[in-house]
Amino acid sequence: MKNIFTLTRRELAAYFYSPLAYVIMVAFLIFCGYFFYSSLRWSSDATVLRYVLELIGFTSLIIAPMITMRLLAEEKKSGTLELLMTAPITETEVIVSKYIAALFFFTSLILPTAAYIILLVKWGNPDLGAIISGYVGLICLTGVFLSIGLFVSSLTSNQIVAVIITFILLLIGWVIGYAGEFFQNEMWKSVFKYVGFFDHFDSFRKGLIDSRDLFYCLSTIVFFLFLSSRVLESRRWR
Amino acid sequence: MIQVEGLSKKFGGFTAVDNITFSVADKEIVGFLGPNGAGKTTTMRILTSFIAPSAGKATIAGFDVVRDSLEVRRRIGYLPESVPFYSEMRVKEYILFRAKLKGVPAKTRKTRTDEVLERCRVKDVEHKIISTLSKGYRQRVGLAEAIIHNPPILFLDEPTIGLDPHQIKQTRELIKELGQNHTIVLSTHILPEVEMLCNRVIIIHRGRIAAMDKLDNLIKEHRIKLEIKGPLSDIDNALRSIAGVKGISCATEEPWHNLTIEIADEKDQPAGSPANRDIREAIYHKIKDNGWMLREFRSEQSTLEEMFIKITTRE
Repeated sequence: MKNIFTLTRRELAAYFYSPLAYVIMVAFLIFCGYFFYSSLRWSSDATVLRYVLELIGFTSLIIAPMITMRLLAEEKKSGTLELLMTAPITETEVIVSKYIAALFFFTSLILPTAAYIILLVKWGNPDLGAIISGYVGLICLTGVFLSIGLFVSSLTSNQIVAVIITFILLLIGWVIGYAGEFFQNEMWKSVFKYVGFFDHFDSFRKGLIDSRDLFYCLSTIVFFLFLSSRVLESRRWR
Repeated sequence: MIQVEGLSKKFGGFTAVDNITFSVADKEIVGFLGPNGAGKTTTMRILTSFIAPSAGKATIAGFDVVRDSLEVRRRIGYLPESVPFYSEMRVKEYILFRAKLKGVPAKTRKTRTDEVLERCRVKDVEHKIISTLSKGYRQRVGLAEAIIHNPPILFLDEPTIGLDPHQIKQTRELIKELGQNHTIVLSTHILPEVEMLCNRVIIIHRGRIAAMDKLDNLIKEHRIKLEIKGPLSDIDNALRSIAGVKGISCATEEPWHNLTIEIADEKDQPAGSPANRDIREAIYHKIKDNGWMLREFRSEQSTLEEMFIKITTRE
Protein backbone atom coordinates (compact mmCIF):
# COMPACT_ATOMS: atom_id res chain seq x y z
CA MET A 1 0.00 0.00 0.00
CA LYS A 2 2.81 2.34 0.89
CA ASN A 3 4.40 1.68 -2.47
CA ILE A 4 1.21 2.57 -4.30
CA PHE A 5 1.15 5.89 -2.49
CA THR A 6 4.79 6.61 -3.33
CA LEU A 7 4.34 5.62 -6.96
CA THR A 8 1.11 7.59 -7.37
CA ARG A 9 2.73 10.71 -5.95
CA ARG A 10 5.60 10.47 -8.38
CA GLU A 11 3.28 9.81 -11.31
CA LEU A 12 1.11 12.81 -10.45
CA ALA A 13 4.16 15.00 -10.13
CA ALA A 14 5.29 13.77 -13.54
CA TYR A 15 1.93 14.76 -15.01
CA PHE A 16 2.03 18.26 -13.61
CA TYR A 17 5.64 18.86 -14.61
CA SER A 18 4.82 18.23 -18.22
CA PRO A 19 3.70 21.18 -20.34
CA LEU A 20 1.35 18.85 -22.22
CA ALA A 21 -0.79 18.59 -19.11
CA TYR A 22 -1.47 22.30 -19.11
CA VAL A 23 -2.17 22.41 -22.82
CA ILE A 24 -4.74 19.65 -22.34
CA MET A 25 -6.26 21.44 -19.37
CA VAL A 26 -6.67 24.70 -21.17
CA ALA A 27 -8.08 23.11 -24.31
CA PHE A 28 -10.45 20.98 -22.29
CA LEU A 29 -11.76 23.88 -20.25
CA ILE A 30 -12.22 26.04 -23.31
CA PHE A 31 -14.42 23.36 -24.85
CA CYS A 32 -16.32 22.82 -21.63
CA GLY A 33 -16.91 26.52 -21.29
CA TYR A 34 -18.28 26.66 -24.79
CA PHE A 35 -20.56 23.69 -24.19
CA PHE A 36 -21.86 25.29 -21.03
CA TYR A 37 -22.56 28.51 -22.86
CA SER A 38 -24.33 26.88 -25.82
CA SER A 39 -26.35 24.56 -23.61
CA LEU A 40 -27.64 27.52 -21.69
CA ARG A 41 -28.80 29.06 -24.96
CA TRP A 42 -30.71 25.90 -25.86
CA SER A 43 -32.43 25.27 -22.61
CA SER A 44 -32.74 27.28 -19.49
CA ASP A 45 -34.41 24.71 -17.34
CA ALA A 46 -33.12 22.52 -14.56
CA THR A 47 -31.77 19.95 -16.99
CA VAL A 48 -29.20 22.19 -18.61
CA LEU A 49 -26.23 20.45 -17.08
CA ARG A 50 -27.37 17.17 -18.56
CA TYR A 51 -26.47 18.37 -22.03
CA VAL A 52 -23.23 19.91 -20.87
CA LEU A 53 -22.19 16.68 -19.28
CA GLU A 54 -22.98 14.70 -22.39
CA LEU A 55 -20.73 16.96 -24.37
CA ILE A 56 -18.02 16.84 -21.74
CA GLY A 57 -18.32 13.05 -21.92
CA PHE A 58 -17.49 13.11 -25.61
CA THR A 59 -14.61 15.44 -24.98
CA SER A 60 -13.16 13.14 -22.38
CA LEU A 61 -13.29 10.40 -25.00
CA ILE A 62 -10.70 12.42 -26.86
CA ILE A 63 -8.76 13.58 -23.81
CA ALA A 64 -8.46 10.22 -22.05
CA PRO A 65 -6.09 8.66 -24.60
CA MET A 66 -3.85 11.68 -24.27
CA ILE A 67 -3.74 11.28 -20.53
CA THR A 68 -2.83 7.61 -20.60
CA MET A 69 -0.55 7.43 -23.61
CA ARG A 70 2.65 8.05 -21.73
CA LEU A 71 1.93 5.90 -18.67
CA LEU A 72 3.75 2.75 -19.66
CA ALA A 73 4.90 3.48 -23.17
CA GLU A 74 7.35 6.10 -21.94
CA GLU A 75 8.80 3.89 -19.22
CA LYS A 76 9.51 1.26 -21.79
CA LYS A 77 11.00 3.62 -24.29
CA SER A 78 13.25 5.50 -21.87
CA GLY A 79 14.39 2.35 -20.10
CA THR A 80 13.12 3.45 -16.69
CA LEU A 81 10.99 0.31 -16.63
CA GLU A 82 14.20 -1.62 -16.06
CA LEU A 83 14.83 0.25 -12.84
CA LEU A 84 11.19 0.24 -11.85
CA MET A 85 10.76 -3.49 -12.15
CA THR A 86 14.03 -4.30 -10.39
CA ALA A 87 12.79 -2.54 -7.27
CA PRO A 88 10.86 -4.67 -4.77
CA ILE A 89 7.39 -3.73 -6.04
CA THR A 90 4.74 -5.77 -7.79
CA GLU A 91 3.27 -5.18 -11.22
CA THR A 92 -0.12 -4.69 -9.63
CA GLU A 93 1.23 -1.84 -7.51
CA VAL A 94 2.63 -0.20 -10.62
CA ILE A 95 -0.61 -0.51 -12.60
CA VAL A 96 -2.88 0.61 -9.80
CA SER A 97 -0.73 3.61 -8.96
CA LYS A 98 -0.55 4.73 -12.58
CA TYR A 99 -4.28 4.38 -12.91
CA ILE A 100 -5.04 6.32 -9.76
CA ALA A 101 -2.71 9.08 -10.89
CA ALA A 102 -4.47 9.29 -14.26
CA LEU A 103 -7.88 9.40 -12.60
CA PHE A 104 -6.73 12.06 -10.14
CA PHE A 105 -5.36 14.08 -13.00
CA PHE A 106 -8.63 13.88 -14.89
CA THR A 107 -10.56 14.87 -11.78
CA SER A 108 -8.36 17.92 -11.42
CA LEU A 109 -9.18 18.75 -15.04
CA ILE A 110 -12.90 18.91 -14.39
CA LEU A 111 -12.59 20.61 -11.01
CA PRO A 112 -12.74 24.10 -12.55
CA THR A 113 -16.14 23.22 -14.04
CA ALA A 114 -17.46 23.59 -10.51
CA ALA A 115 -17.62 27.22 -11.52
CA TYR A 116 -20.58 26.36 -13.76
CA ILE A 117 -22.41 24.78 -10.87
CA ILE A 118 -21.76 27.81 -8.71
CA LEU A 119 -23.11 30.07 -11.42
CA LEU A 120 -26.21 27.92 -11.85
CA VAL A 121 -26.86 27.81 -8.14
CA LYS A 122 -26.48 31.56 -7.88
CA TRP A 123 -28.62 32.48 -10.81
CA GLY A 124 -31.01 29.60 -11.12
CA ASN A 125 -32.58 26.64 -9.50
CA PRO A 126 -30.69 23.59 -10.65
CA ASP A 127 -31.40 20.04 -9.67
CA LEU A 128 -28.35 19.44 -7.51
CA GLY A 129 -28.98 15.72 -7.23
CA ALA A 130 -28.85 15.33 -10.99
CA ILE A 131 -25.70 17.41 -11.15
CA ILE A 132 -23.93 15.29 -8.59
CA SER A 133 -24.96 12.03 -10.20
CA GLY A 134 -24.00 13.46 -13.57
CA TYR A 135 -20.49 14.16 -12.37
CA VAL A 136 -20.25 10.75 -10.74
CA GLY A 137 -21.24 9.29 -14.09
CA LEU A 138 -18.66 11.38 -15.88
CA ILE A 139 -15.89 10.23 -13.59
CA CYS A 140 -16.98 6.59 -13.84
CA LEU A 141 -17.17 6.78 -17.59
CA THR A 142 -13.81 8.42 -17.94
CA GLY A 143 -12.51 5.89 -15.44
CA VAL A 144 -13.42 3.25 -17.99
CA PHE A 145 -11.67 5.19 -20.77
CA LEU A 146 -8.54 5.59 -18.69
CA SER A 147 -8.37 1.90 -17.86
CA ILE A 148 -8.55 1.04 -21.55
CA GLY A 149 -5.90 3.66 -22.28
CA LEU A 150 -3.60 2.23 -19.64
CA PHE A 151 -4.02 -1.22 -21.12
CA VAL A 152 -3.09 -0.03 -24.58
CA SER A 153 -0.13 1.90 -23.18
CA SER A 154 1.12 -1.31 -21.63
CA LEU A 155 1.16 -2.98 -25.03
CA THR A 156 3.45 -0.60 -26.84
CA SER A 157 6.50 1.54 -26.32
CA ASN A 158 5.35 4.16 -28.81
CA GLN A 159 3.12 6.87 -27.37
CA ILE A 160 1.63 7.85 -30.71
CA VAL A 161 0.55 4.30 -31.40
CA ALA A 162 -0.91 4.13 -27.90
CA VAL A 163 -2.98 7.27 -28.30
CA ILE A 164 -4.32 6.29 -31.71
CA ILE A 165 -5.26 2.75 -30.77
CA THR A 166 -6.91 3.88 -27.54
CA PHE A 167 -8.90 6.45 -29.42
CA ILE A 168 -10.05 3.88 -31.97
CA LEU A 169 -11.08 1.47 -29.23
CA LEU A 170 -13.01 4.15 -27.41
CA LEU A 171 -14.76 5.17 -30.61
CA ILE A 172 -15.75 1.57 -31.18
CA GLY A 173 -17.04 1.41 -27.64
CA TRP A 174 -19.14 4.47 -28.26
CA VAL A 175 -20.49 3.42 -31.64
CA ILE A 176 -21.19 -0.14 -30.62
CA GLY A 177 -24.00 1.04 -28.41
CA TYR A 178 -25.83 2.25 -31.48
CA ALA A 179 -25.03 -0.89 -33.48
CA GLY A 180 -27.86 -2.50 -31.58
CA GLU A 181 -30.29 -0.54 -33.71
CA PHE A 182 -29.47 -2.75 -36.69
CA PHE A 183 -30.91 -5.79 -35.06
CA GLN A 184 -34.57 -6.73 -34.93
CA ASN A 185 -33.94 -9.20 -32.17
CA GLU A 186 -34.53 -7.57 -28.80
CA MET A 187 -31.83 -9.59 -27.13
CA TRP A 188 -29.07 -8.51 -29.49
CA LYS A 189 -30.27 -4.95 -29.24
CA SER A 190 -29.86 -4.96 -25.52
CA VAL A 191 -26.50 -6.77 -25.61
CA PHE A 192 -25.02 -4.10 -27.83
CA LYS A 193 -26.60 -1.34 -25.83
CA TYR A 194 -25.10 -2.76 -22.66
CA VAL A 195 -21.61 -3.05 -24.08
CA GLY A 196 -21.62 0.50 -25.40
CA PHE A 197 -20.40 3.29 -23.17
CA PHE A 198 -22.91 6.03 -23.38
CA ASP A 199 -26.00 4.14 -22.52
CA HIS A 200 -24.64 3.80 -19.02
CA PHE A 201 -23.77 7.42 -18.87
CA ASP A 202 -27.36 8.34 -19.66
CA SER A 203 -28.91 7.31 -16.38
CA PHE A 204 -26.22 9.12 -14.41
CA ARG A 205 -27.03 12.28 -16.26
CA LYS A 206 -30.71 11.93 -15.59
CA GLY A 207 -30.03 11.89 -11.90
CA LEU A 208 -30.18 8.16 -11.46
CA ILE A 209 -27.28 6.30 -9.92
CA ASP A 210 -28.07 2.82 -11.09
CA SER A 211 -26.13 -0.02 -9.55
CA ARG A 212 -26.06 -1.79 -12.90
CA ASP A 213 -24.20 1.12 -14.43
CA LEU A 214 -21.82 1.34 -11.50
CA PHE A 215 -21.20 -2.36 -11.81
CA TYR A 216 -20.52 -2.03 -15.52
CA CYS A 217 -17.99 0.71 -14.93
CA LEU A 218 -16.27 -0.99 -12.02
CA SER A 219 -16.05 -4.36 -13.68
CA THR A 220 -14.73 -2.91 -16.93
CA ILE A 221 -12.09 -0.93 -15.04
CA VAL A 222 -11.01 -3.93 -13.01
CA PHE A 223 -10.92 -6.05 -16.14
CA PHE A 224 -8.62 -3.72 -18.02
CA LEU A 225 -6.40 -3.11 -15.01
CA PHE A 226 -6.08 -6.86 -14.61
CA LEU A 227 -5.16 -7.22 -18.27
CA SER A 228 -2.59 -4.43 -17.99
CA SER A 229 -1.00 -6.09 -15.00
CA ARG A 230 -0.78 -9.36 -16.87
CA VAL A 231 0.75 -7.71 -19.91
CA LEU A 232 3.36 -6.09 -17.69
CA GLU A 233 4.15 -9.42 -16.08
CA SER A 234 4.35 -11.19 -19.40
CA ARG A 235 7.12 -8.88 -20.52
CA ARG A 236 9.45 -10.83 -18.30
CA TRP A 237 8.95 -13.98 -20.23
CA ARG A 238 9.31 -12.67 -23.71
CA MET B 1 25.63 -15.57 -2.56
CA ILE B 2 24.85 -16.10 -6.21
CA GLN B 3 24.37 -19.53 -7.73
CA VAL B 4 23.67 -19.97 -11.39
CA GLU B 5 22.97 -23.38 -12.89
CA GLY B 6 22.45 -24.13 -16.53
CA LEU B 7 21.03 -20.70 -17.23
CA SER B 8 19.80 -20.10 -20.75
CA LYS B 9 17.86 -17.38 -22.49
CA LYS B 10 16.51 -17.44 -25.99
CA PHE B 11 14.92 -14.51 -27.76
CA GLY B 12 12.98 -16.07 -30.59
CA GLY B 13 15.55 -18.07 -32.47
CA PHE B 14 18.53 -16.28 -30.99
CA THR B 15 20.28 -17.78 -27.99
CA ALA B 16 21.66 -14.95 -25.91
CA VAL B 17 22.73 -17.03 -22.94
CA ASP B 18 23.64 -20.65 -23.43
CA ASN B 19 23.71 -22.95 -20.44
CA ILE B 20 25.98 -21.04 -18.08
CA THR B 21 26.88 -22.19 -14.61
CA PHE B 22 28.85 -20.27 -12.03
CA SER B 23 28.72 -19.01 -8.50
CA VAL B 24 29.79 -15.91 -6.66
CA ALA B 25 30.76 -15.96 -3.01
CA ASP B 26 29.98 -13.30 -0.46
CA LYS B 27 32.00 -10.08 -0.75
CA GLU B 28 33.67 -11.15 -3.99
CA ILE B 29 34.11 -8.71 -6.82
CA VAL B 30 33.53 -10.64 -10.01
CA GLY B 31 34.11 -9.24 -13.46
CA PHE B 32 31.92 -10.29 -16.35
CA LEU B 33 34.08 -9.81 -19.34
CA GLY B 34 33.05 -10.29 -22.90
CA PRO B 35 32.76 -8.75 -26.33
CA ASN B 36 29.66 -6.74 -27.13
CA GLY B 37 26.67 -8.96 -27.60
CA ALA B 38 28.18 -11.79 -25.58
CA GLY B 39 25.26 -12.02 -23.18
CA LYS B 40 26.57 -10.05 -20.20
CA THR B 41 23.64 -7.64 -19.95
CA THR B 42 21.10 -10.41 -20.52
CA THR B 43 22.65 -12.44 -17.71
CA MET B 44 22.52 -9.42 -15.44
CA ARG B 45 18.91 -8.81 -16.31
CA ILE B 46 18.06 -12.36 -15.36
CA LEU B 47 19.94 -12.10 -12.08
CA THR B 48 18.24 -8.83 -11.17
CA SER B 49 14.90 -10.47 -11.87
CA PHE B 50 14.06 -8.16 -14.74
CA ILE B 51 13.58 -10.99 -17.21
CA ALA B 52 13.05 -14.68 -16.68
CA PRO B 53 15.39 -17.37 -18.04
CA SER B 54 14.27 -19.80 -20.72
CA ALA B 55 15.95 -22.62 -18.86
CA GLY B 56 18.08 -23.18 -15.80
CA LYS B 57 18.07 -21.72 -12.37
CA ALA B 58 19.58 -18.79 -10.53
CA THR B 59 19.48 -18.01 -6.85
CA ILE B 60 20.57 -14.90 -5.04
CA ALA B 61 21.18 -15.19 -1.30
CA GLY B 62 19.24 -18.43 -1.49
CA PHE B 63 16.20 -16.92 -3.21
CA ASP B 64 15.21 -18.03 -6.68
CA VAL B 65 15.13 -15.13 -9.15
CA VAL B 66 11.84 -16.26 -10.63
CA ARG B 67 9.94 -17.68 -7.69
CA ASP B 68 11.08 -15.30 -5.00
CA SER B 69 11.55 -12.29 -7.18
CA LEU B 70 10.53 -9.76 -4.54
CA GLU B 71 13.01 -11.10 -2.01
CA VAL B 72 15.75 -11.03 -4.60
CA ARG B 73 14.98 -7.45 -5.53
CA ARG B 74 15.13 -6.36 -1.91
CA ARG B 75 18.71 -7.53 -1.73
CA ILE B 76 20.16 -6.16 -4.90
CA GLY B 77 21.22 -2.83 -6.30
CA TYR B 78 21.36 -2.45 -10.06
CA LEU B 79 22.94 0.11 -12.32
CA PRO B 80 21.87 -0.67 -15.90
CA GLU B 81 24.09 0.19 -18.82
CA SER B 82 21.77 2.87 -20.13
CA VAL B 83 21.47 4.63 -16.73
CA PRO B 84 17.78 5.44 -17.17
CA PHE B 85 16.23 8.26 -15.18
CA TYR B 86 13.04 10.24 -14.82
CA SER B 87 13.96 13.40 -16.62
CA GLU B 88 11.76 15.73 -14.66
CA MET B 89 12.91 14.75 -11.18
CA ARG B 90 15.61 16.35 -9.10
CA VAL B 91 18.52 14.31 -7.78
CA LYS B 92 17.62 14.28 -4.10
CA GLU B 93 13.92 13.81 -4.86
CA TYR B 94 14.73 10.84 -7.06
CA ILE B 95 16.96 9.16 -4.51
CA LEU B 96 14.33 9.66 -1.81
CA PHE B 97 11.70 8.17 -4.11
CA ARG B 98 13.81 5.09 -4.78
CA ALA B 99 14.67 4.82 -1.10
CA LYS B 100 10.97 4.69 -0.26
CA LEU B 101 10.30 2.03 -2.87
CA LYS B 102 13.15 -0.07 -1.60
CA GLY B 103 11.93 0.03 1.94
CA VAL B 104 14.48 2.29 3.60
CA PRO B 105 12.78 3.15 6.91
CA ALA B 106 11.49 6.69 7.19
CA LYS B 107 13.60 7.46 10.22
CA THR B 108 16.89 6.87 8.49
CA ARG B 109 15.88 7.86 4.98
CA LYS B 110 16.99 11.47 4.99
CA THR B 111 20.34 10.83 6.65
CA ARG B 112 21.02 7.84 4.49
CA THR B 113 20.23 9.85 1.36
CA ASP B 114 22.62 12.60 2.40
CA GLU B 115 25.30 10.03 3.18
CA VAL B 116 24.96 8.34 -0.16
CA LEU B 117 24.87 11.60 -2.12
CA GLU B 118 28.05 12.63 -0.33
CA ARG B 119 29.76 9.32 -0.99
CA CYS B 120 28.96 9.37 -4.69
CA ARG B 121 30.01 13.00 -4.90
CA VAL B 122 26.69 14.30 -6.15
CA LYS B 123 25.76 16.32 -3.09
CA ASP B 124 26.56 19.59 -4.83
CA VAL B 125 23.99 18.88 -7.56
CA GLU B 126 21.28 17.45 -5.34
CA HIS B 127 18.78 20.13 -6.31
CA LYS B 128 19.39 19.96 -10.00
CA ILE B 129 17.03 18.29 -12.44
CA ILE B 130 18.57 15.03 -13.58
CA SER B 131 18.17 15.69 -17.27
CA THR B 132 20.39 18.75 -16.92
CA LEU B 133 23.33 16.78 -15.54
CA SER B 134 26.26 15.51 -17.54
CA LYS B 135 26.67 11.81 -18.15
CA GLY B 136 29.28 11.48 -15.44
CA TYR B 137 27.01 12.97 -12.83
CA ARG B 138 24.05 10.93 -13.98
CA GLN B 139 26.05 7.77 -13.66
CA ARG B 140 27.01 8.68 -10.13
CA VAL B 141 23.38 9.39 -9.32
CA GLY B 142 22.61 5.94 -10.70
CA LEU B 143 25.25 4.46 -8.45
CA ALA B 144 23.83 6.33 -5.48
CA GLU B 145 20.41 4.91 -6.31
CA ALA B 146 21.86 1.41 -6.46
CA ILE B 147 23.40 1.58 -2.99
CA ILE B 148 20.73 3.64 -1.22
CA HIS B 149 19.24 0.67 0.58
CA ASN B 150 22.63 -0.88 1.33
CA PRO B 151 22.01 -4.09 -0.58
CA PRO B 152 24.36 -7.03 -0.05
CA ILE B 153 24.76 -7.49 -3.79
CA LEU B 154 25.43 -4.92 -6.50
CA PHE B 155 25.10 -5.40 -10.22
CA LEU B 156 26.95 -2.78 -12.21
CA ASP B 157 26.62 -2.88 -15.98
CA GLU B 158 29.45 -0.93 -17.57
CA PRO B 159 29.70 1.59 -14.72
CA THR B 160 32.50 3.67 -16.19
CA ILE B 161 31.47 3.78 -19.80
CA GLY B 162 31.43 7.29 -21.20
CA LEU B 163 33.13 8.91 -18.26
CA ASP B 164 36.20 11.11 -18.44
CA PRO B 165 39.46 9.77 -16.94
CA HIS B 166 39.01 11.74 -13.75
CA GLN B 167 35.51 10.44 -13.18
CA ILE B 168 36.58 6.92 -14.11
CA LYS B 169 39.23 7.01 -11.44
CA GLN B 170 36.77 8.23 -8.82
CA THR B 171 34.14 5.69 -9.77
CA ARG B 172 36.64 2.86 -9.63
CA GLU B 173 37.81 3.96 -6.21
CA LEU B 174 34.25 4.02 -5.04
CA ILE B 175 33.65 0.53 -6.39
CA LYS B 176 36.76 -0.73 -4.70
CA GLU B 177 35.57 0.78 -1.44
CA LEU B 178 32.13 -0.76 -1.87
CA GLY B 179 33.75 -4.11 -2.56
CA GLN B 180 34.84 -4.31 1.03
CA ASN B 181 31.27 -4.60 2.23
CA HIS B 182 29.26 -5.79 -0.74
CA THR B 183 29.29 -8.56 -3.27
CA ILE B 184 29.75 -6.94 -6.65
CA VAL B 185 29.17 -8.26 -10.14
CA LEU B 186 30.73 -5.90 -12.61
CA SER B 187 30.15 -6.17 -16.32
CA THR B 188 32.59 -4.46 -18.59
CA HIS B 189 34.76 -4.70 -21.63
CA ILE B 190 37.38 -2.36 -20.27
CA LEU B 191 40.13 -4.80 -19.38
CA PRO B 192 42.28 -2.61 -17.14
CA GLU B 193 39.18 -2.07 -15.03
CA VAL B 194 38.87 -5.79 -14.44
CA GLU B 195 42.54 -6.06 -13.57
CA MET B 196 42.17 -3.21 -11.14
CA LEU B 197 38.97 -4.15 -9.38
CA CYS B 198 38.10 -7.81 -9.64
CA ASN B 199 39.20 -10.86 -7.71
CA ARG B 200 37.68 -13.20 -10.24
CA VAL B 201 36.89 -13.02 -13.89
CA ILE B 202 34.23 -14.74 -15.94
CA ILE B 203 34.76 -14.40 -19.65
CA ILE B 204 31.56 -14.73 -21.62
CA HIS B 205 31.59 -15.25 -25.34
CA ARG B 206 28.56 -15.90 -27.55
CA GLY B 207 26.42 -16.70 -24.54
CA ARG B 208 28.78 -19.26 -23.06
CA ILE B 209 31.41 -19.07 -20.39
CA ALA B 210 34.73 -19.19 -22.17
CA ALA B 211 36.91 -18.93 -19.10
CA MET B 212 36.36 -18.51 -15.41
CA ASP B 213 39.12 -18.15 -12.88
CA LYS B 214 40.86 -16.03 -10.35
CA LEU B 215 42.56 -13.17 -12.09
CA ASP B 216 46.04 -14.32 -11.21
CA ASN B 217 45.45 -17.78 -12.57
CA LEU B 218 44.19 -16.43 -15.83
CA ILE B 219 47.18 -14.30 -16.57
CA LYS B 220 49.79 -16.90 -16.10
CA GLU B 221 51.44 -17.01 -19.41
CA HIS B 222 54.94 -15.84 -19.20
CA ARG B 223 57.25 -14.97 -21.96
CA ILE B 224 60.98 -14.44 -22.13
CA LYS B 225 62.27 -11.92 -24.60
CA LEU B 226 65.85 -12.18 -25.79
CA GLU B 227 67.96 -10.14 -28.09
CA ILE B 228 70.69 -12.54 -29.04
CA LYS B 229 73.46 -12.88 -31.62
CA GLY B 230 74.39 -16.22 -33.03
CA PRO B 231 73.44 -18.95 -35.49
CA LEU B 232 69.66 -19.06 -35.39
CA SER B 233 69.06 -22.75 -35.89
CA ASP B 234 71.52 -23.68 -33.13
CA ILE B 235 69.95 -21.23 -30.77
CA ASP B 236 66.52 -22.50 -31.66
CA ASN B 237 67.41 -26.12 -31.05
CA ALA B 238 69.22 -25.38 -27.82
CA LEU B 239 66.41 -23.41 -26.37
CA ARG B 240 63.68 -25.80 -27.46
CA SER B 241 65.47 -28.56 -25.60
CA ILE B 242 64.78 -26.84 -22.29
CA ALA B 243 61.79 -28.33 -20.52
CA GLY B 244 58.94 -25.89 -20.25
CA VAL B 245 59.66 -24.02 -23.44
CA LYS B 246 56.46 -24.07 -25.46
CA GLY B 247 57.42 -22.13 -28.51
CA ILE B 248 59.89 -19.73 -29.97
CA SER B 249 59.23 -16.99 -32.43
CA CYS B 250 61.80 -14.79 -33.96
CA ALA B 251 62.22 -11.47 -35.65
CA THR B 252 65.61 -10.78 -37.06
CA GLU B 253 67.40 -7.51 -37.49
CA GLU B 254 70.80 -8.65 -38.67
CA PRO B 255 72.83 -9.73 -36.83
CA TRP B 256 70.57 -9.64 -33.77
CA HIS B 257 67.65 -11.96 -33.33
CA ASN B 258 64.67 -10.87 -31.26
CA LEU B 259 63.35 -14.06 -29.76
CA THR B 260 60.11 -14.49 -27.91
CA ILE B 261 60.08 -17.68 -25.91
CA GLU B 262 56.70 -18.86 -24.71
CA ILE B 263 56.75 -20.68 -21.43
CA ALA B 264 54.19 -23.37 -20.79
CA ASP B 265 51.64 -22.85 -18.02
CA GLU B 266 52.39 -24.85 -14.95
CA LYS B 267 49.55 -27.18 -15.73
CA ASP B 268 50.89 -27.84 -19.22
CA GLN B 269 54.23 -29.05 -17.93
CA PRO B 270 55.03 -32.71 -18.45
CA ALA B 271 54.76 -34.72 -15.31
CA GLY B 272 57.95 -34.92 -13.36
CA SER B 273 59.41 -31.57 -14.30
CA PRO B 274 60.21 -29.43 -11.32
CA ALA B 275 57.24 -27.08 -11.18
CA ASN B 276 59.00 -24.14 -9.61
CA ARG B 277 62.14 -24.33 -11.58
CA ASP B 278 63.04 -21.04 -12.95
CA ILE B 279 63.43 -21.46 -16.64
CA ARG B 280 65.40 -18.30 -16.88
CA GLU B 281 68.37 -19.97 -15.20
CA ALA B 282 68.28 -22.79 -17.72
CA ILE B 283 68.14 -20.35 -20.60
CA TYR B 284 71.00 -18.37 -19.21
CA HIS B 285 73.13 -21.46 -18.88
CA LYS B 286 72.46 -22.50 -22.43
CA ILE B 287 73.44 -19.11 -23.73
CA LYS B 288 76.56 -18.96 -21.59
CA ASP B 289 77.62 -22.46 -22.52
CA ASN B 290 77.33 -21.67 -26.20
CA GLY B 291 78.95 -18.28 -25.90
CA TRP B 292 76.28 -16.37 -27.78
CA MET B 293 76.17 -12.62 -27.38
CA LEU B 294 73.19 -11.32 -25.42
CA ARG B 295 72.03 -7.75 -25.07
CA GLU B 296 68.50 -8.06 -23.71
CA PHE B 297 66.87 -10.58 -21.44
CA ARG B 298 63.51 -9.85 -19.90
CA SER B 299 60.40 -11.68 -18.83
CA GLU B 300 56.91 -10.56 -19.62
CA GLN B 301 53.55 -11.53 -18.33
CA SER B 302 50.77 -11.73 -20.82
CA THR B 303 48.13 -9.11 -20.27
CA LEU B 304 44.50 -9.82 -19.73
CA GLU B 305 43.89 -8.26 -23.09
CA GLU B 306 45.96 -10.86 -24.86
CA MET B 307 44.27 -13.65 -22.92
CA PHE B 308 40.90 -12.21 -23.68
CA ILE B 309 41.52 -11.93 -27.41
CA LYS B 310 43.03 -15.37 -27.47
CA ILE B 311 40.08 -16.91 -25.68
CA THR B 312 37.41 -15.13 -27.58
CA THR B 313 38.82 -15.83 -30.99
CA ARG B 314 39.38 -19.46 -30.32
CA GLU B 315 36.04 -20.49 -31.74
